[in-house]
Amino acid sequence: MDGLSRLSIESVNDFVIKFANVNGSGSASANALFAKSVLRMGIPASSRNIFPSNIQGLPTWYEVRICEKGHLGRRGGVDIMVAMNPQTWDEDLAEIEPGGYLFYDSTKPLPPSKFRDDITVIGAPLTTICNREYNDARQRQLFKNIIYLGALSALLNMDVAAIEQLISEQFRGRDTLIRPNLRALNLGREWALNEHECPIGLRLERVDKVGDQIFITGNDAAALGAVYGGATVCAWYPITPSSSLAEAFSNHCRRYRADPETKKKRYAIIQAEDELSSIGMVVGAAWNGARAFTATSGPGISLMQEFIGLAYFAEIPAVIFDVQRGSPSTGMPTRTQQADILSCAFASHGDTKHVLLFPEDPRESFLFAAEAFDLADRLQTPVFVMLDLDIGMNDWLVAPLAWDENRRYDRGKLMTAEQLDAGVEFGRYLDVDGDGIPYRTLPGTHPTRGAFFTRGTTKDRYARYSEEGPDYVDNMQRLLRKFDTAKRLVPRPIKRVARESTRYGAIYFGSTSPAMAEALEALEERGIHLDTLRVRAYPFHEDVFDFVAGHDRVFVVEQNRDAQLRTLLAIDGEIDPARLVPILHYDGTPITARFIVKAIGDILDVVTLAPLRRALP
Amino acid sequence: MTYIAKPRLHHPKLPTNALGYTHRDYEGAVSTLCAGCGHDSISAAIIQACFELSLPPHKIAKLSGIGCSSKTPTYFLGKSHGFNSVHGRMPSVLTGANLANRDLVYLGISGDGDSASIGLGQFAHCLRRAVNMVYVVENNGVYGLTKGQFSATADKGSKVRRGPVNTDSPIDLVALALQLGASFVGRSFSGDKRQLVPLIKAAIEHRGAAFIDVISPCVAFNNNPESTKSFDYVRAHNEAVNRLDVILERDEITADYAPGTVETVTQHDGSMLRLHKLAPDYDPHDRISAMAYLQQRHAEGEVVTGLLFVEPDSDDLHALSGTVEIPLNSLDEAELCPGPAALVQFNAAHR
Ligand SMILES: Cc1ncc(C[n+]2csc(CCOP(=O)(O)OP(=O)(O)O)c2C)c(N)n1
Ligand code: SF4
Ligand SMILES: [Mg+2]
Repeated sequence: MDGLSRLSIESVNDFVIKFANVNGSGSASANALFAKSVLRMGIPASSRNIFPSNIQGLPTWYEVRICEKGHLGRRGGVDIMVAMNPQTWDEDLAEIEPGGYLFYDSTKPLPPSKFRDDITVIGAPLTTICNREYNDARQRQLFKNIIYLGALSALLNMDVAAIEQLISEQFRGRDTLIRPNLRALNLGREWALNEHECPIGLRLERVDKVGDQIFITGNDAAALGAVYGGATVCAWYPITPSSSLAEAFSNHCRRYRADPETKKKRYAIIQAEDELSSIGMVVGAAWNGARAFTATSGPGISLMQEFIGLAYFAEIPAVIFDVQRGSPSTGMPTRTQQADILSCAFASHGDTKHVLLFPEDPRESFLFAAEAFDLADRLQTPVFVMLDLDIGMNDWLVAPLAWDENRRYDRGKLMTAEQLDAGVEFGRYLDVDGDGIPYRTLPGTHPTRGAFFTRGTTKDRYARYSEEGPDYVDNMQRLLRKFDTAKRLVPRPIKRVARESTRYGAIYFGSTSPAMAEALEALEERGIHLDTLRVRAYPFHEDVFDFVAGHDRVFVVEQNRDAQLRTLLAIDGEIDPARLVPILHYDGTPITARFIVKAIGDILDVVTLAPLRRALP
Repeated sequence: MTYIAKPRLHHPKLPTNALGYTHRDYEGAVSTLCAGCGHDSISAAIIQACFELSLPPHKIAKLSGIGCSSKTPTYFLGKSHGFNSVHGRMPSVLTGANLANRDLVYLGISGDGDSASIGLGQFAHCLRRAVNMVYVVENNGVYGLTKGQFSATADKGSKVRRGPVNTDSPIDLVALALQLGASFVGRSFSGDKRQLVPLIKAAIEHRGAAFIDVISPCVAFNNNPESTKSFDYVRAHNEAVNRLDVILERDEITADYAPGTVETVTQHDGSMLRLHKLAPDYDPHDRISAMAYLQQRHAEGEVVTGLLFVEPDSDDLHALSGTVEIPLNSLDEAELCPGPAALVQFNAAHR
């Protein structure tokens, strides 16, 4: 034992804890309580759900990374495993770092062969305690989760008051539940304090590093962004990991969008029969002047293709949230990827290109969601907000959401009845301002002027049916000008210059952000300096190509197999692909700093070592 | 093909409606369909119906899918916004448009291929949802625009010229509409203006999902006498269950009908439908007996036409989902955006 404890990991406010549970066992709320308690102690943390495509019975994991320094991307490796699922015992055990800890329910004895001798094993008789304390099977199951939380609170030196406070907040209004939960918490805590040395090598100590940050999922934040952005119509079809976005929109609307007097809804939400229908409703509503959106994932995007092309060509503002998951097909429905970049950028048949926004976290999901409606109205075109499962379904610690009081919606170029009365010329596809964006009228605007017929077939500048080649080309050229205008309107990329001047750069986007920030620090410690550019939208701003031009080699870090962003960069910027080095992570887990450091480090080591090797005989 | 605008010179003596509009104000561009196509007669009936109802043309939105039938919105109501969307998906676009602005009249124009083949799913679901609209299928039993292939309403045993024989059972959209919960279901024939115009008027006045199947012979590909969608067949086998007058609140109500054969139905907006019952045992208020009657007559080779079912007090999607009375697209920023203050609370709840 002495030898072991000397090997044990010792770490304050910096470790990874993973809970291995059975889906549907009620562990989710206890685990979330754990993460929030850490935050209440002022220590930054992030959490990730790893769950199967199943409702009950299959394994599910919840991973919490605690890091006082604030690195909150997935780290990889586990320092303490709370192994509550016998099914996954072997793999869970294998994942623990040497010197790490195993916490498990020791009620049923396990043979020594089931353990490792390079970790500290903490067996708590959870089932025994539950059977002793509770008669009801459901209670035994639910309180077991709170009991292990109680034990962990002692083992990890958590602030019990913070947990107790959270429990009473959680059950506010259902006060009879508070006492039994506090009691279960204490049962676990008492067991640990009496039966085990507390705390273990992994410890939490109160600091003040969380500040006013909030803990929120991207889907929740994006849905709120849609409310703030003025969306009134949402049509969707359930698909993981996007369903919770539409559901959150419904919850937010109930709260913020009821007419104060009549209580009637200032919004409409339709759960459509499929994605063809949901995008069709969005197109119809947006054509008619409502801000409308759908939320979906890759398979839904595939089904929406025809309509997306129509919306591009008929110039209809439509907002599409794509919460990306492992693909193709149903692929890995409960795992994350950034693999719909190309399928969204060029969605549909014919010559089409679309505006994409890449939020890096839930806070930007909120901002870009609201922004997407302005952009869609201004540009009269579909706008995609590209989340992924990691951002969408996991709680992230981010700066509080903010809204500028002076901000006003940009409803774009809508021609009014007054303008029509004043004799302003109306041609639906007329490029009056030279920016490629025409004026539109909404149905019902004026009794005699401004009506037009919307069609997906070719038309002239006045929306009249035409099969003439020159009319088609004229229109397609204008659409290109419009796409050029989009470059100036979408969120600009964010550049970070390395401490030392360097020939190397890295481009990344979306949920890669936290892993990238951490990787840069680690690379810098190894003497590798990289300038970075975080791309936030397509079409690419000129800054993106200037950045590439300013470096000998640019790593493009993304979470898909085919280097999709790199392809887009090479095509749009007419860049020699050899200058863009792909760094690709696509096993369905969120990318880690360790992965980036190794991938970039390996390449740069080879580059710097190669001349030496060649010199050898 | 190019766009041909009709000359808009008004004859001084053209009759006007309550809004002062003439018939011409409801017309569209010159049709480019085949001469004699049933679809053109339906366009004429729509123009007539809207004129007689004195609807402001700009308060009507016409939406369609793809097909010869779906092209027709260009040929009527030139002062209304129109949307020729994608094949089989008009219902979803119309539903979205309706959600955005509940104050317009929505005309959904489709074909049998558009609604019974590629679009059967959307046809079904928008009727289930009680979208307030008039959904017209211009039913010719073929794909006109792609030159004569069978649609899902084609008769079993019918033959494409120089092509195969259809062995699939036909879909009866009227039977489906009844089953799916449409609150107004009618069938008519493009060649029977006396029946069709009042039926369209009644459907417009109706609140909820109104569906009208209009048999509309395709002179190019499907007007052979044995087709149940041909002029000759429908003329010979038309079993009209009733004839309809639509009386608006503002109209003078005259009682020139014999009791016993006439039934009056009052709709939610006060308009009255006066049904001249031709089949005395026919009850347009009972969904189940309407379905049974339809099937019985069908078995006899007859095409039942008229107002087959109506639920005069039905609710529409907006009423059912409790949306505000004013159009969603007219809500302003103050009504839509909770503002910075609400975020303070929201953030606090996420710590
Ligand atoms: C996705 C798609 N598939 C196929 C077509 C080709 N297409 C155009 S119209 C049509 C059939 C139209 O038939 P119907 O709705 O009965 O209209 P009709 O021409 O008979 O009035 C087809 C198959 C298309 N436009 N879009
Ligand atoms: S092909 Fe048939 S449906 Fe099309 S316009 Fe000609 S007659 Fe009408
Ligand atoms: Mg047809």
